[in-house]
Amino acid sequence: MLYLYDGALDVPTILKEWYEQEDKSNYGAYIPFIGTIRDEDGIDGLSFDVYEPILTSWFEAWQNKAKQKGAIIKMAHSRGDVMLHESSYIAAVFSPKRRVALEFIDEFVEDFKASAPIWKYDLRDGERIYAKDRSTAIKGSGLLA
Amino acid sequence: MVRVEFLGPIQKEPLEIDIKNLNELATILQDDSDMQEWLQNSAVAVNDTLVSSREHPLHDGDKIVLLPPVCGG
Repeated sequence: MLYLYDGALDVPTILKEWYEQEDKSNYGAYIPFIGTIRDEDGIDGLSFDVYEPILTSWFEAWQNKAKQKGAIIKMAHSRGDVMLHESSYIAAVFSPKRRVALEFIDEFVEDFKASAPIWKYDLRDGERIYAKDRSTAIKGSGLLA
Repeated sequence: MVRVEFLGPIQKEPLEIDIKNLNELATILQDDSDMQEWLQNSAVAVNDTLVSSREHPLHDGDKIVLLPPVCGG
């Protein structure tokens, strides 16, 4: 399942909800990754734009890959502003055995960074500045150049 | 007529234009000074599916989006 929230994620609530959704599903492993906004380079926080139609199809493709290994993925992401020490991203894999989940969370988060249609901005002194130097062109970019 | 939308940090209003394929869109955007920094690093989707060929045919009512470099998380 994919969950989008306006503003920061309520990490304890989301992790608890996901745990309770699957605690009778006979998964042996629940491995979450929680992304937190760090205090660095003088930012006040981060802000995010999300393009939901393509994010949804990208996520469904990963959910199908997980299913082939008997696993499932859950992901939550913020829209809009998230301040220092708050969370904007949680991904979790549930699988019968831990090895699948450990490998899958790594592959999933790497592809998320490279492909998910989400744009990040630094918040500084009330301005929203595109984090261009930390962004990655989606595979196949430059078609119209 | 197709609609072209510019996502994320590309500060550009949507276009409604009469074109038959992405070659024609490339020609239009290459002449647009606002787009020079984005064409090289943006991906293209037609009706929310990423495409890899400029020959991709377009039909009346199609939605095209340009996706600049991403950074979730």
